[in-house]
Amino acid sequence: MNFGLTEEQDMIVRTVRDFVERELYPLEAEVERTGSLPREIGRDIQRRVRELGFYAPNIPAEYGGGGLDTVGFALLERELGRTAMALNAYWGRPSNILCACTPEQRERYLLPCVRGEKIDALAMTEPDAGSDVRGMKAVARRDGDDWIVNGTKHFISHADIADFVIVFVATGARHITCFLVDRGTPGFDIRPGYRSVSHRGYHNCILTFDDCRLPAGQILGAEGGGFEVANTWLYATRLTVAAMCVGRARRALDLAVAYAAQRRQFGQQIGKFQGVSFKLADMVTAVDAADLLTLAAAWRLDQNLPANREIAEAKLFASEMLARVTDEAIQVHGGMGLMDDLPLERFWRDARVERIWDGTSEIQRHIISRELLRPHGG
Amino acid sequence: MKVLVPVKRVVDYNVKVRVRSDGTGVETAGVKMSMNPFDEIAVEEAIRLKEKGVVSEIIAVSLGVAACAETIRTALAMGADRGILVETDAELQPLAVAKLLRALAEREQPRLMILGKQAIDDDMNATGQMLAALLGWSQGTFASKITIDGDTATVTREVDGGLETVALTMPAIITTDLRLNEPRYASLPNIMKARKKPIETVRPADLGVDPAPRLKTLRVVEPPKRQAGAKVASVAELVAKLRTEAKVI
Repeated sequence: MNFGLTEEQDMIVRTVRDFVERELYPLEAEVERTGSLPREIGRDIQRRVRELGFYAPNIPAEYGGGGLDTVGFALLERELGRTAMALNAYWGRPSNILCACTPEQRERYLLPCVRGEKIDALAMTEPDAGSDVRGMKAVARRDGDDWIVNGTKHFISHADIADFVIVFVATGARHITCFLVDRGTPGFDIRPGYRSVSHRGYHNCILTFDDCRLPAGQILGAEGGGFEVANTWLYATRLTVAAMCVGRARRALDLAVAYAAQRRQFGQQIGKFQGVSFKLADMVTAVDAADLLTLAAAWRLDQNLPANREIAEAKLFASEMLARVTDEAIQVHGGMGLMDDLPLERFWRDARVERIWDGTSEIQRHIISRELLRPHGG
Repeated sequence: MKVLVPVKRVVDYNVKVRVRSDGTGVETAGVKMSMNPFDEIAVEEAIRLKEKGVVSEIIAVSLGVAACAETIRTALAMGADRGILVETDAELQPLAVAKLLRALAEREQPRLMILGKQAIDDDMNATGQMLAALLGWSQGTFASKITIDGDTATVTREVDGGLETVALTMPAIITTDLRLNEPRYASLPNIMKARKKPIETVRPADLGVDPAPRLKTLRVVEPPKRQAGAKVASVAELVAKLRTEAKVI
């Protein structure tokens, strides 16, 4: 057993963290203030990350991606999690599901994403189908060789900057199919979504399909094979949420530790009071635990071991840990922690969504307990 | 043309350094270590010269404990071609480093060596100059611009009062100043390639050099705590305080 990073992993961590700290942190305040990121700045981030060969790090090298294994990718996500989603969205990590493209689809979707020429978004959630994905109402019916799609998707992250969307729709009872839909397709509209308390500048969108006609060639995977293709390729997506939570929590912790050592009250550093120092001890213990859960689950994926429960544990623990750690980091700072001069109030707000998206904490607990009980006939 | 670039492993510039409780030096246990920033600038310059076709091979050298190999690996990930680690647990001072580098220069026969003007740990600013003297090579220190044309290196130096431009006949020693360039980030493909690039390990004895220190550190102490400042309400109050309390006007 070896818990150390390899030299490559260590250099990936250092390089990504350096880039994030030096190039992206300075942009954060403006993103928060305006609630948006100008596209030209996003494109500039894309260009620079591409030049560094760090674009599409999760996509296999045979398609031109970085070809990182899951541990390497989790480490990278962890460092990207330190900064705002609106900024790290431009550090292209195309959805792994695009690896299911046919050769013809690959030319039109996967490869342009790897080259940074196109951005993808993934659409599953609907107003009436959140955790209950199978209850989705968006439908596609066959019309000759084509499919006609009707319905609505919402909470679709960064669809505002996407060139195409990977959409799951019902094509029969318990029969879900995945389609690739280009922006601009007649009958398909991408509309602004809701204003969220979390991740300002990283927008969610509402997608509407009104008799949207799609050729059969737009199906990703098999007809009716939507869940199979999702389970194969999106299995580990939740782990990136865990990794990002660890990165952001570490940043909040670092701020709290520095402040506790510097701030003086009652004639001494506040870190000398147990009320503060024990908080810091609990915070770092929780961050380290989440880090280890995340990397251990990533390691299992790289070993081709079952990891469903471990991924769910990491996502559950890391997202709940982030809520506690950002909350306590504010407590250590006192009133100043709530002011937007510091990034802590933002981390605290941003933390809220992590317990909801990519499977709520309750869904994660369901997955974990089911894995526990199944062998006992539960 | 072959270029040799020494890279030193130092406490990362972001780390708040602490003096060891026994006063023998600065605490390095469990502290983030990185390449000396001036050496990063030296590596970057060597890579730029290689990209211009002036340099054919870049050798990164580090001297010290085994962990210095990580610093070499960083240089390889930036774009250096191979590394040499002079491994020793001895405390290394500028003269010993200069002698070890001279021995490597005699072995590798580079036409150019680019060094950081100083390391951010001991701030000695001595190795490059000593090395030039030992080798009898030309030297251009505190470079803010380097142009190589045939057997001549033109170096713009940042000196008190302005910029001085000198022409050096190769072989030459150049030390880098802060404004020479902005070092690149290591690229992912280069990080992956770095492991396949060779690092040779030698010991000072192999180079016929005794690295024993000539200087003895007596004591290292924290700088005195600064007194807190005071705010004044007006210029008049400031002038009065400068006159009566600080007694500087």
